[in-house]
Order: sequence, then structure tokens, then C-alpha cells
Amino acid sequence: MTRRRHLLGVIAVAALVGTTGVACGGSDDGASADGSVTLEFAQWWAPELPAGSFDKLMTEFTAQNPNIKVKLLSGPYASTKQQLVSGAASKTLPDVVGLDGAWVNDFAKQGAIADLSALMKDANYDESQLASQIQIQGKTYMIPIVNFVYPMFVNNDLLAKAGVTKPPSTRTEFLDAAKKITATGGNVKGWALPLDTAVPNGIQNDVMSWLWASGGTMLTKDGKPDLTNAQVKSTIEYVKSLNDASVIAPGSLTMKEQDKVEKFTTGQVGMVIDSLAHINLIKKNNPSLNFTVLPIPAEDGYTGKRGIPYASWGIGVADSSKHKAEAFKLVEFLMSKEKNAELSTLANGFPGNKTAVPDFSNSDPLFKTAFDIYQAGYPANEFVGLPKAEDLMRSFDEQLQLTLTGKQSVDDTLSKAQEDWASVL
Amino acid sequence: MNSAKLDHAPPPAVAAPETRAAPRGRARRLWARGTAPYAFLSPTMILIFVLMIIPIAMVVSYSFKDNVIVQQNSVFVGFANYTKVLTDPDFLAALKNTFVFITVSTVAHLILGLGFALMLNTPLLGNVTKAIFRIIYILPWLFTVAVIAVIWRLMLDPSGVVNYLLTTLGGSSVDWLSDPGKALWALTFINIWAGFPFFMISILAGLQGIPGDLYEAASVDGASPIRQFWNVTIPQLRPVLISMAVLDLIWTSQQFALIWMTTGGGPLNVTEMLSTYTYKQAFSSYEFATASAAAVIVLLLTMVLAVFYVRLQKER
Repeated sequence: MTRRRHLLGVIAVAALVGTTGVACGGSDDGASADGSVTLEFAQWWAPELPAGSFDKLMTEFTAQNPNIKVKLLSGPYASTKQQLVSGAASKTLPDVVGLDGAWVNDFAKQGAIADLSALMKDANYDESQLASQIQIQGKTYMIPIVNFVYPMFVNNDLLAKAGVTKPPSTRTEFLDAAKKITATGGNVKGWALPLDTAVPNGIQNDVMSWLWASGGTMLTKDGKPDLTNAQVKSTIEYVKSLNDASVIAPGSLTMKEQDKVEKFTTGQVGMVIDSLAHINLIKKNNPSLNFTVLPIPAEDGYTGKRGIPYASWGIGVADSSKHKAEAFKLVEFLMSKEKNAELSTLANGFPGNKTAVPDFSNSDPLFKTAFDIYQAGYPANEFVGLPKAEDLMRSFDEQLQLTLTGKQSVDDTLSKAQEDWASVL
Repeated sequence: MNSAKLDHAPPPAVAAPETRAAPRGRARRLWARGTAPYAFLSPTMILIFVLMIIPIAMVVSYSFKDNVIVQQNSVFVGFANYTKVLTDPDFLAALKNTFVFITVSTVAHLILGLGFALMLNTPLLGNVTKAIFRIIYILPWLFTVAVIAVIWRLMLDPSGVVNYLLTTLGGSSVDWLSDPGKALWALTFINIWAGFPFFMISILAGLQGIPGDLYEAASVDGASPIRQFWNVTIPQLRPVLISMAVLDLIWTSQQFALIWMTTGGGPLNVTEMLSTYTYKQAFSSYEFATASAAAVIVLLLTMVLAVFYVRLQKER
């Protein structure tokens, strides 16, 4: 009797678990009975755009392609990343995915995102209109839709109060201006350097940007780390000199990007390297702040084009998608001259389509200034497309922190970071 | 159970002359009765299986493989991931930091919780006063971790309220969360602040359950208030205090959000905990195998505490 009960119990549980398995594992290929296809599109963009504007774009897409519907899966950046990491692991990525350049290499190596070069070829797409493509081993995996550049933000009032009449254009002028701003007292500092290791993008935006602004590089031509070269050393020595001169806002070792923006907004810091996307936020939080944007200062005597760091809203297609052709139609739609310009205008970014021109007529004049800086230089972000990009930034960050706290020389920092990176790249 | 036994045993003399359909009906009833308990248990069993057994088994299996998740064909590597994790200086630093963090937090939670509970239990204060203080004291526990992190980041900012008060009183400004010598202590303080009210309320409930005649008897025997505290209050509260302490050690060892939102494990890894280490391994380094090994080690350490807690409950 007991044995039979056990047997029955096992059968019942097995049946129920089996039922659950079927329920959980039931697949939906997105195709409906009427032949229309529903694409899932995961991104963090919709919450960052004016309410409803991205849904409106999707409605327009469906109007142009009545057989393709789009289901938006929108969330904040961090949760979108985690969702995509999990989806990539389980091969259940949504059909179309918003991508950051720092994730592409890892997703491509996992085989989670599709080769867009092949999709572009199949669709006879004209690649020449794209401002950039993120490629791994010659194949495109991400197309930047909107680019956000990171120029130098300068508080005009603080500069004037400090007696700086000429906006800093070289490293020497910047150090001098930072010292003068700091000398005005009242807890005001010349510059802010966020080095929080939870999100270590300060290395990309606030440290390596100095290198790229002077035409430098942290990689060899074949993509290997080259952190011990003279230009990188000069950059780190310069950052250290700013730290030694006490012109950096205190608390930088755990400072986050939002703290940097907050300190600039409240006038506690005179100069920061920041995303153009924050212009509206700064003006909303402190309408009276008198500030402008400048190219990031370069090494004294440098006359070449200046690299300007950027971050992108990139787009990719899941390799597991059963509707890659339809998914690429959505990519084409968002990259079209008209829609790309519209999206860039909404996002206060610069278009990924070379022929698209954002409408600055209703935007802050600073966007036009930044666009001119962008066009005079070139977008530079060597972390885009690198494997484990965030991890590379973090290991560099940890070494830099040792230098800034006097525990390690610049040479040791660079050689140890080089060693760390060499194991990845 | 007794009634079931009775139902299952009909007199054979009556059953024998019935038609051939009877045994089938009885078998159906037996089957129904046999499966009924499992049917009732099935929702819980399914939930436990899907939400606990499967994920835990997957993480344990990942910890014995190489390049899990990120590569299609991962291979069995035995204890290699465990060796890698246990010899990683960052993991050992995280282990040490976690030990300091949870031990100091738990001891402080106990002392503060007991102190405030005694204050709220005193007959020297009126009921209205005690109710007001109870509401004020419990506030930190009502805030979500995100709010707590933001509040304390602002207060401990180099230009924040705490430094303003310090400098106004003649002291010097301190980088609470970014000074490698102070960050772990500042973070532990925030965790103590956020968690002591739960101890306070639990201990207060324990205090209110101590019979008054024990204190009366102690008074008759001439025991001073301090003697009464050590010989009546503490022994009576002992089960509550030990249970709370063990639970707090488990909960604090799992703290992630507060650390991530305040220091992120920095500066210079001085606030790196097992939770942040594991997260970075998984979601930054994409080393899911070593992250799984670290998670299994944390699970084993937590299970030691859990077993201790369960044994304690059984003794009670």
C-alpha cells in the first residue's frame, strides 16, 4: 500500500512538473494566424524619450508594414542589460535588441546576436549611409542609431569669477583654470572625476577622453592593449597632476556619474566632461546656471583632429529570432534619413545615419555648438566592441585608484593594467 | 489518518458477494484518496521545484563546468572553479570584509535593538510618548534600500550635512565613503542604522512577554535593577536574541543593494563583499562558472547558519 502511494505520488508530481514544463517552455514564434508577425524589441530608450514618442514611431512603422507589429519591452539601462545577458544565455533574446557598444563583443561571441552584414546584404541595404558599424572579425553586429557625445561642460560664471577669460583649450590651460576655480574657495573645485567601480564608465568618459582628445590610442592596430605607450602615460600623469593639485572634487573614488552632474549643476564644480543628453536635466534642475560646452582640451601643441568620446544607442537582431528579415526592416526604418533625424532630435543626440540632420530649431543652442564640435573632430571610444569592456574599465579603475591614493606609481599602474587587459584582449 | 484507515478496511464478508464492478470502484476510490494529499501539496511542491530546486541545481552544476552560458559547449572541470575562487585575493578580501560587515552589524543591531526596546518598555514613559518614539525609531526600517542609499550618500558626501556639522563644530571634512580607511565602517554604520528597528520591535515583543511576577520575585529577593536585567531579562530573552542574531547574520551576508548603491565595492575593494564579488564575476566579467562557484560557497556558509538556526528552533 505504502509503495503504491509512493508510486502514485511520484507519478502525480511528475505529471504536474511535466505540465509546468510544457507551460513554461511553450514557445511563441511571434507569428499569428492572419500571417502578421509580432517583433519583440527590448531597449532602454523609450523611458528616456518624451513620453509616448517612441511608441508613436513604432505605430508609424506598423502603418508602413501592416504585417509587422512591434511589442516594446522597455526598462532602465541596467535592467535591460541584465535582461539581455540572461536572454543571451538562454537563447531567448527578443527579436530586436537595443545594444551598448560595450556588450556587443560578448553577445556576438555567444552567438546571441545575428550577423547584420548578412542581413544588410539580403535586404540590399546601402551601408554607405551609416555613420558607423560595430564589427567583430569583419562582421557587423551593431549599428549605432543615435550617438551621444561627451564634450567639456564649463560653468561660465565660475570661470569669470576665477578670472579665466579664455576657455581652456589645452591641458595646461585646463589645469590653470581648474586651479583658479578651486582658489575661489567655498568648497568649489575645478573638475570632477567619478571613479565608482560599480559602474566604472568614468574611465571611458572622464579619463581616456583626455587621451582620445589628443589623438592617442590605448590599443595597438591589431586590437591588443597598449597601455604603456607614451600618450597613455602622459594622460594618466596629467590626471594625477590634477589630483595632486587638489582641483578634483573630493570623494572621487566612489563618485558616480550622477554625482558629477549634480555637482556641476549646483555650481560645486566648474568643469566636467559629460553627456550632451544631460543638458536638459541640468537646465531643469538649475535654470540660472550659465554654462557652455567646449572641445576636450588636448596636449599642448596638438593640432590634429580631436577625438570626442561618445556612447550609442545601438541596435542588433537576435540570432535566435525567427523573423530576422522583418527585424531588419525595423532596423532600416529607424536608420532611415527622416526617422533617424526625428529620433536623434527627440533624444538630443546625433544621428547614426550620415545623411540625417537633426532639427535644432527647438533645441537648446548648446546642441548646435556640440554638433559643430562633433563635426570638427571624430567620435572616439575604443571600448566599443571590446570583450568584457566593463571589466576592462574596472580593472583600470582599480589600478588608477592606487595611483591617486599614492600607493602606486603611474608606471606600475599602467604595466599592471596592461597585464590585466592582455589576459582578456 | 485514523478515519482513512477505517474507510480502507471494509468487512470482507460484505464485499465478497457484490458484483465485479465493486472492486473497480473501490480501486478508484483508493486511487483518489491516495493521490489527494499529493494534489493538495502539488502547488507548493511545484513552486519549490521550479523556483528553488531547479535554480540551485543549475548553479551547482555550472560551478563544475567551464565557460558556462557564454559558450555553447562547456566542459566538466571538477573543482577548478572552486580552486580559482578560493585562491583569488579579491574573493578572500571579500570574505574578510563580509565577516567584519555582518559581525559588527549583528552585534550593533542586538545592542541598539535591546537598548531602544528597553527604553520603549520602560514604565517611566507614558504610552503616548512611547508610541511617538516607536514610530520615530522604526522609520529607518520602513525605507527601501534605494532610499537609504540615496539619503546616506547625500549626508556622507564630502559636501554633505555630516561634514557641514563637523566643520561647523571645528572638525575637518572627511571623505566617509571614498576614504579606503573609513568606507567599510561608514557602510556598516548605514546598515546598522537601517536594520536596528527590526531588532527593537522583536525584542520589545519579547520583553512584553516576560511575566511581571519574575521581576516582583527578584525585587522581593533584593535584586537591583542591573541584577534583574542580567538574571531575569537576558535569560528570558535569550531564545529571541539568538534567533534574531542568526537570522541577521544570514540576511546581512546577503546584503547587495545597499553596498552596490553606495560604494559598489570600492574604494580599492575595501567594501567588496561576497555578494558584490559574485555579481561582478557574473554580470561584468561574464565568468558565470566562477560566479556559480562563489555562490555555492556562500550557500554553504549560509547553510551552516541555517542549520544552526533550525536546531535552535527545534530545541525550543
